Amino acid sequence: MSFLEYAPAPESTAILHLRDEYGLFIDGAWTEGRGATFPTISPATEKRIATISSADATDVDRAVAAARRAYEKTWSRMPGGDRGKYLFRIARLLQERAREFAVAESLDNGKPIKESRDVDIPLVAAWFFYYAGWADKLDYAGLGAAPRALGVAAQVIPWNFPLLMLAWKIAPALAAGNTVVLKPAETTPLTALLFAEVVQQADLPPGVVNILTGAGDTGQALVEHPGVDKVAFTGSTAVGRQIARAVAGTGKKVTLELGGKAANIVFDDAPIDEAVEGIVDGIFFNQGHVCCAGSRLLVQENVHDEVVERLKTRMATLRLGDPLDKNTDIGAINSAEQLERIRALSAAGEEEGAERWSAPCVIPDTGFWFAPTIFDNVSTSSRIAREEIFGPVLSILTFRTPGEAIAKANNTPYGLSAGIWSDKGAKILAVADRLRAGVVWANAFNRFDPASPFGGYKESGYGREGGRHGLGAYLTTGPSKGGA
Amino acid sequence: MTRLAVPKTYKLYIGGRFPRSESGRSYEVTTPDGAFLANASLASRKDARDAVVAARAAVAAWSGATAYNRGQVLYRVAELLEGRAEQFAAEIRDAEGVSAAAARAQVDAAVDTWVWYAGWCDKYAQVAGSGNPVAGPFFNISVPEATGVVAIVAPQESAGASLLGLVAVVAPALVAGNAVVVIADRAHPLSAIGLAEVMATSDVPGGVVNVLTGSPAEIAPWLASHADVNALDLAGAGALDWVPLVVAAAATLKRVQDPEPGVPGWSLQRILATTETKTVWHTKALL
Repeated sequence: MSFLEYAPAPESTAILHLRDEYGLFIDGAWTEGRGATFPTISPATEKRIATISSADATDVDRAVAAARRAYEKTWSRMPGGDRGKYLFRIARLLQERAREFAVAESLDNGKPIKESRDVDIPLVAAWFFYYAGWADKLDYAGLGAAPRALGVAAQVIPWNFPLLMLAWKIAPALAAGNTVVLKPAETTPLTALLFAEVVQQADLPPGVVNILTGAGDTGQALVEHPGVDKVAFTGSTAVGRQIARAVAGTGKKVTLELGGKAANIVFDDAPIDEAVEGIVDGIFFNQGHVCCAGSRLLVQENVHDEVVERLKTRMATLRLGDPLDKNTDIGAINSAEQLERIRALSAAGEEEGAERWSAPCVIPDTGFWFAPTIFDNVSTSSRIAREEIFGPVLSILTFRTPGEAIAKANNTPYGLSAGIWSDKGAKILAVADRLRAGVVWANAFNRFDPASPFGGYKESGYGREGGRHGLGAYLTTGPSKGGA
Repeated sequence: MTRLAVPKTYKLYIGGRFPRSESGRSYEVTTPDGAFLANASLASRKDARDAVVAARAAVAAWSGATAYNRGQVLYRVAELLEGRAEQFAAEIRDAEGVSAAAARAQVDAAVDTWVWYAGWCDKYAQVAGSGNPVAGPFFNISVPEATGVVAIVAPQESAGASLLGLVAVVAPALVAGNAVVVIADRAHPLSAIGLAEVMATSDVPGGVVNVLTGSPAEIAPWLASHADVNALDLAGAGALDWVPLVVAAAATLKRVQDPEPGVPGWSLQRILATTETKTVWHTKALL
């Protein structure tokens, strides 16, 4: 056994008390969906975890009606302080059940337990804790006099950070006084369903939070429902466009957090070891299933060889395998479909002449896996430099001057995030000024915090989540629409 | 014998120049009684696209100027507007058929609106930005900045507000450093070109404001679907078939402001509607 080999240290699933079948959570109670059921599986083993209900248009109607009743009868009339207390309760319940949620998340999503345990679930609790405190302070949010809730929020979230995206959506919505109908992703419904249990334990009034499972058509029915006042979506730019079209002229307020193709810029004066860690965090965190992933490495030409060599050395130490193993760095790709997409784009990269290198690692026999991979000598016009791969695949490009780095970084229809690595503060700030991206990490990457606004420029969507800005996405100071 | 007047030719304003429509088209502008006032340029798709190119070229310098500088430049516009108030009032009186006092009051309101927005240049980011207390050793700040090129349909049929309506939508978009392509009120386009002359003789760089006269119904779809436009303000598009414009804007996820009846009031929200919030994290050393 070499020093890099570790004995297996899997987290036990005994902590979970899952049901075999889950219904929809509407109006504070479990109910069967009218659509066809589907299984949710572990992407690491392809084994079924539970059977999940599917909501059809009638179920969506019922959920929106329940949310509307809850909004009008209780939630919008409740003092902000009481709404806050409910959210504090939820934050505490999530902390108490953190280990269970981490295991469920890694089981259903395939992400390494060290990430769900140390990043996802702690941030989920933090998100509720942060927004809980806002609930009775809306007048101080700097949004104008007497801000008001919007009403019923339709929220559709992706599979890459299932419970964290739920928290990003539900916490600010509830703090602001809205009620919600949330649809988790088809492949990762489990933690949202466990969250419904937390909602019950917190004794939240029925209908304030409704969870509908299902596929894309359920999400579409939800965002297009005329009873909805706010739409919040995180996912692909393609679906974001459809939503923007569907809500045109309806007056629904919209937040879209969409795709990205972030540049991670490494200058020759960067602390190289830290930069290499940052590159790894940027693209291999969560198997690269991150909208803000640093998927384009822009490295200054004179340090290219050194950076790539050290990056390969570091990548060779990444451990790919059982997501529940505490030593695992790279978990499973979330679905067969996503794996196919990653493979197809990687093949395109090779066809277009980029040099492919993958970390040497043993791929398990079952499940969906993709070894951490880099492409060197990528041209700016290459598909792997332009399209979001949403997997552990890094495209490496070079630059000579800061101006060239900025031009290449901004040469994308996306504008979600960017990274800058340099020891020169003045250079970092000047480059950050000129990057067209909503989040810029300097000598860091993939950091998130409930107090810090997150969201994109251009085709990465609009609106911000997190901080005071994220609260504003669920409030209005405009004239009342009449009625409730 | 009375002196024979010298009438003005009203043209478009694109990239700091005053071209005729490349289409060679014009349309008659009249008083409310139907008396001839001028032939305004009837802008085409090509003019709209030229205006976007000019606006894009102007974004970097305008948004990169210091906020103090932008504030002074916009304030200078107000100064020049004030200096030409009599001319604007006379033009408005003829075009809108309002009293001299009403025309002058509108010009005054336009100047005051411009002054109000000029003063926001070096303040809106303080009010709308934030320092964020994240749970870790990071300096973390969120600041709004210009989104880029903003296409605007100015209030239409704005009798009583042909100048004020335009100012109420153009000025807020300029505060953060956006460049603007605005479609003037079709029926009352002359004061828009008057305003363009003020821009050209103030310190607003060419291309920062581009004024198209003509048919919003004809031009707006090209701007709504233009991939190099970042935001679409449909303030004056209420009488158009405007929902398809929002649908077209969705192709590149433009930031869209829906139609608003009348003249939009002074609003920080209008400034922020064409901004993007950028959050910058920087590590702090652990001492």
